[in-house]
Amino acid sequence: MTSLKIFAWLTLLAPLAGTIAIGLLGRRLPGRGAGYLGTAALALSFASAIGALVSLQGLGEEERQVVAVAWDYANTVGVDAQLSLLVDPLSVFMILVVSGVSMLIHLYSIGYLDSDRGYVRFFAYLNYFVFSMLLLVLAGNFLVLIIGWAFVGAASYMLISFWYRRGTATRAGIKAFVINVLGDVGLVLGTFFIFKHVGTLDLLGTFERSKEAFEPGNADLTAGCILLLVGACAKSAQIPLHTWLPDAMEGPTPVSALIHAATMVTAGVYLVARMHPLFELAPTAADVGAIIGCLTLLVAGTIAIAVTDLKRVIAYSTMSQIGYMFMAVSAGAYAAGLFHLMTHAFFKALLFMAAGSLIAAMAGQQDLDKMGGFRRALPFTYGCFAIGGLALAGVPPFSGFFSKDEILLLIGDRGGWYWILYVAGYVGAFLTGIYTFRMIFRAFFGEPVPEARELEQGHLHHAEVHTNPATGEVEDTDVGFPGPDHHIAEREPSMKLAMGTLALLAVVGGFLQIPKVTHVIDHFLEPTFHDSALYERHPSDGMLAFGLALGTVVALAGIAIAYYVWVANPGLSARVRSRLAALHTVFVNKWFFDELIDALVVRPSRWFGSFAQQTFERVVVNGVLVGGTTGVVKAGSSAVRAAQTGFLRYYAALIVLGMVVIGFYFLMAA
Amino acid sequence: MDIGWYLAVSALIFTIGAAGVLTRRSPLVILLCLELMLNAANLALIAFARMHGDPDGQIFAFIVMVVAACEVTIGLGIIVAMHRGRLPIDVDELRELQG
Repeated sequence: MTSLKIFAWLTLLAPLAGTIAIGLLGRRLPGRGAGYLGTAALALSFASAIGALVSLQGLGEEERQVVAVAWDYANTVGVDAQLSLLVDPLSVFMILVVSGVSMLIHLYSIGYLDSDRGYVRFFAYLNYFVFSMLLLVLAGNFLVLIIGWAFVGAASYMLISFWYRRGTATRAGIKAFVINVLGDVGLVLGTFFIFKHVGTLDLLGTFERSKEAFEPGNADLTAGCILLLVGACAKSAQIPLHTWLPDAMEGPTPVSALIHAATMVTAGVYLVARMHPLFELAPTAADVGAIIGCLTLLVAGTIAIAVTDLKRVIAYSTMSQIGYMFMAVSAGAYAAGLFHLMTHAFFKALLFMAAGSLIAAMAGQQDLDKMGGFRRALPFTYGCFAIGGLALAGVPPFSGFFSKDEILLLIGDRGGWYWILYVAGYVGAFLTGIYTFRMIFRAFFGEPVPEARELEQGHLHHAEVHTNPATGEVEDTDVGFPGPDHHIAEREPSMKLAMGTLALLAVVGGFLQIPKVTHVIDHFLEPTFHDSALYERHPSDGMLAFGLALGTVVALAGIAIAYYVWVANPGLSARVRSRLAALHTVFVNKWFFDELIDALVVRPSRWFGSFAQQTFERVVVNGVLVGGTTGVVKAGSSAVRAAQTGFLRYYAALIVLGMVVIGFYFLMAA
Repeated sequence: MDIGWYLAVSALIFTIGAAGVLTRRSPLVILLCLELMLNAANLALIAFARMHGDPDGQIFAFIVMVVAACEVTIGLGIIVAMHRGRLPIDVDELRELQG
């Protein structure tokens, strides 16, 4: 076995070992032991991922697609189910991002959650989540991919419902799980469509045979790819399967960071990038993906401007950014989409961590309306939030600027109707600037709220009565509810270290791929996409310069508007809101997607369920089938029972009578 | 002699036995009547064996006797056990098998 395969397996198995060790031994460890153990497992995983990167770069360009097979599950009748990993630049890129960012999130959680009962359980789940995601991105065939896909859904359910005595949290977990299972079904059915034609589950084998098995535009392939897209949309929270993502904010803040930055939502983007040979043969499906991504980025951007829950604003910004990535990989800008995935992982994890620190300072309160003036009370958090915000808004030279503009540049370069996506992308970027800096200006600028003043005098605000921020229900701080207090980054070295590292990455991450200067990611991913017709494209210099300038102007304009509305003229936003009441209602109610799904899917199925239970089950099954059978048996047996008198002579007489009848029959017959 | 006479006697004894089984209430008498029925059947078997000149019927009659002996032994045993258990010696009183 080559060192590359060993490193790949180690990357995968370290978090699994961590899960098992923490799950079995975590309670015996003193203090924060479980947290350190979980972080160490992820550090080992990240180190192995770097090892895999080094050994992969040691191979020749053509050899950089290595399949590591552990054993066969079944190898018969045309099914080749193996436990195999595919190690190529794409999967190594993903494991680096996933394990690296997850490691920092683990580090942050060590301090952030240490007052929670269930600390040990949290780290066991967290390691399991990362293991599932690594399994998903390393999968070498459809079977392992589906397993990893389902594991991620299960892990997200456990973590979103981590505070399991909170009704809103368990409902959010169930919602996420149900929508993800819908995606799993899409993925499995899509796999069937493709497997039927190519006859292998192996990913590389599928791609190789797909060119002979499918002519371009084959209906089965298009159907299969659209079903794969259903899976990708459910995981990546794209319209119309996105409603679980904002609700997932019910989980602890590090979980939100993990779901949004490193694991879970990037899975859909990865899937489309991984399946690019199939999507290039089914351009209709790819176009559907691009349009979904474009719609999502616009809808999510508009909602993010209206909602006031801090974490939900960031959640919608994630949806919007994933929309960019989805659009990019569907439109053939693979390296740009994955580049954005990486920079987004950095700044979104950073934003969530900073938000966690801010929420801790507010003693669990998440409403932007109640925040303000934290700039002096939380200087470190403010700095991190600002860096994350600048990167998210795409201000040069922060990382988000380079990745977002490259996506839009390559999409614009495809010409034709892709111009609509190009324009929509810049509209989305404009919205991004507004909502990001709306958060920053409202939370950190303006008049300090009492909590901020308390903190300025060196005392962290504690809630007298703990309540659920969504419903106001009173809670205790025992297991199944949030602990008594979370920590602010200013006072917790582990959180500071994690946020500082991410802030640095959010600043410099973009330099990996400066247009015309560096092409690290392009070159690195080349072996995975060597067969793609859309990979190597060189937009004209004029368009490049125009795009960069436009991106800068749009981002700065968004920020300027945010400044004008929320800092310079404090009453303006209320006036705008009352002027555009209808629009605001649509945005703040999330475009009524929840209500739409409720009316179209939830209520009809609930009605059908109660019909099945009350009418079909009671009348047909219980009444006719079960009742009818028992009735017949009962009537028959009561008739037969009447013959059993217990009189011996009566039985004897019956026997004699029977013999006589038989005798007569034979006499007649003779 | 014509086979008919033998069969007539056999049928008569069988009918007497059957009537006894149906009318009497004492288990002892019922057993006796059962013996009558079995022996009536034996008579018919032997008569037919003679008519056909085939020993199979006679062998069958022997087997019937053996079975009858066993049956009487068990039947009497049960009656003795009933007597010891102070149960009524009357088949109409013993009707716990009623459904």
